[in-house]
Amino acid sequence: MNTVVLVKQVPDTWAERSLSSADKTLNREGVDAVINELDEYAVEEALRLKEAHGGTVTVLSMGPARVTETIRKVLSMGVDAGIHVTDDALHGSDAIQTARAIAAALGTVGWDLVLTGVESTDARMSVLPALLAELLGVAQLSRARAVTVDGQVVRIERSTDDGYQVVEATLPAVLSVVEKINEPRYPSFKGIMQAKSKPVTTLGVADLGLAAGEVGLAAAYSQVTEVDQRLDRQVGQVVKDEGDGGVKIADYLVARKLV
Amino acid sequence: MAEVLVLVEHARGAVKKVTLELLTAARSLGVPGAVVFGPPGTAAALADRLAEYGAVAVHAAEADDIDDYLVAPKVDVLAAMVTDRAPTALLVASTAESREVAARVAVRTGNGLITDAVGLDADRTATQSIFGGAVTVRSTVRTGTAVITMRPNSVDAVPAPAGVELHPVPVSLSDEARRSRIVERVEEARSSRPELAEASVVVSGGRGVGSAANFAVIEQLADALGAAVGASRAATDAGWYPHSAQVGQTGVTVSPQLYIAAGISGAIQHRAGMQTSKTIIAINKDPEAPIFEIADFGVVGDLFAVVPQLVEELARRAG
Ligand SMILES: Cc1cc2nc3c(=O)[nH]c(=O)nc-3n(C[C@H](O)[C@H](O)[C@H](O)COP(=O)(O)OP(=O)(O)OC[C@H]3O[C@@H](n4cnc5c(N)ncnc54)[C@H](O)[C@@H]3O)c2cc1C
Repeated sequence: MNTVVLVKQVPDTWAERSLSSADKTLNREGVDAVINELDEYAVEEALRLKEAHGGTVTVLSMGPARVTETIRKVLSMGVDAGIHVTDDALHGSDAIQTARAIAAALGTVGWDLVLTGVESTDARMSVLPALLAELLGVAQLSRARAVTVDGQVVRIERSTDDGYQVVEATLPAVLSVVEKINEPRYPSFKGIMQAKSKPVTTLGVADLGLAAGEVGLAAAYSQVTEVDQRLDRQVGQVVKDEGDGGVKIADYLVARKLV
Repeated sequence: MAEVLVLVEHARGAVKKVTLELLTAARSLGVPGAVVFGPPGTAAALADRLAEYGAVAVHAAEADDIDDYLVAPKVDVLAAMVTDRAPTALLVASTAESREVAARVAVRTGNGLITDAVGLDADRTATQSIFGGAVTVRSTVRTGTAVITMRPNSVDAVPAPAGVELHPVPVSLSDEARRSRIVERVEEARSSRPELAEASVVVSGGRGVGSAANFAVIEQLADALGAAVGASRAATDAGWYPHSAQVGQTGVTVSPQLYIAAGISGAIQHRAGMQTSKTIIAINKDPEAPIFEIADFGVVGDLFAVVPQLVEELARRAG
């Protein structure tokens, strides 16, 4: 079974994140870039499936030049090869265009399973797996908290708002995993050394068979028109409990007509 | 006037509150038409309630096995409706499944997508709260139909009774729509309390609660307020409360009128799921806990003293 695992490089969740004043896209400059931590669970699951069922695992990531750091990190966890989709023309692509570019890139390699994290910690749309299943015309198995593969049949526990659903499909499929699924491994020293010589293919818009005007900010179907970086929340009142903390909260709730 | 399609969320024979909110939002954009999925008879049972909130048409996409497959059958029906009727918008709730339905409809019909809106203007400009609530953006869609998912509790549901017509929508499940089959559904956290994502009041407990048994303290306050119970990841990871109650980045996003956090430090991943709550109250024994930075009212103290006293006080005042 051959798997492609998708990862995204994102600004560190703990850093101050902002949008660029010039074109209202994500500010990547001057912010630590890290692997979207939710994608590490997808990498781990891909490696576990390979250990159990054989085949290869390829990491695919789209983004600017520094994304190679993230690809190397994933290779050092034990993934076999990398694909870096990068092109200035992709800057500002919305979710749908990103999915189109990734779907086109997936068309350049053979795979049975595409694995992703449940969402990226920066955009938090949680729609890429569904978009890819749609564009690739394969089964969608999203939000898995457990996965089993038996021949061509994949069965997941899909986490829902009130529990889970057991969902079954036949390969090929797009699978996204939630963070309850496993505990991602750390790269070993050997893994880090080996990663340096693993192959990474770079693909631009022309390699994907897309026209430059089909992707990027100017072609996006949706557009950010205004950005407000102020916190609109007023600093509240904090009191120390002097044996009357509960009463004080009750007073507050009554005063605000919240009870 | 332009038509606005609303994907109806329902459970156990009742329309969910978020759908009434979406119908209210839809009325500012055009004429709402509600789309109901389920086995035959589902839509007729919900029509009166939908009409009360302004739906002029209820489109019944009904088939015995439509609920047996993930996402794709709904995409087939909605994409065909969007193509045929060219509504100005398709509004769906920002729940896990509906968001995926929306995304696939958008890409199949060549329309733009906005997710997790917390506000919507008459010109289809949506407001979103990003980066854990630190930044607010306004976005528009450039295409004929705007596909928008909205966070529950973003607008107040206001009735506006309409005369409603029921329209059957032909449903035929293609092989492609049957690719992902739901073989079993398991509810882990069925309770009589309101549903977390939709609740007007949420009371959450974190690591400070200390054990599964101690969550009774959180539940007592929740019941005194008619609230849903939430939990931090530290609490769900420890197995003190079901994962489905997790609030935050990798849990449920809530936006209630009132959010009470007890024994929760306020890590950014937790804030990402609750920062758009209208009023936030925090109880924490550490005065430096970051939750106080976003709390409207905070008490520095032991939750095992403060919470029971609050429950007692609420009972006394109600009494
Ligand atoms: C990829 C990823 C995703 C994540 N997703 C989520 C998510 O969806 N939701 C989420 O919540 N977290 C999430 N986290 C975890 C998050 O970073 C924090 O670790 C978590 O929120 C901490 O939970 P907590 O506040 O309950 O625990 P802690 O941070 O340990 O805080 C416990 C608090 O309780 C207080 N306390 C202790 N005893 C008492 C007492 N008797 N009375 C009053 N106060 C007391 C302490 O002062 C402390 O502030 C995620 C992390 C990662 C890496």
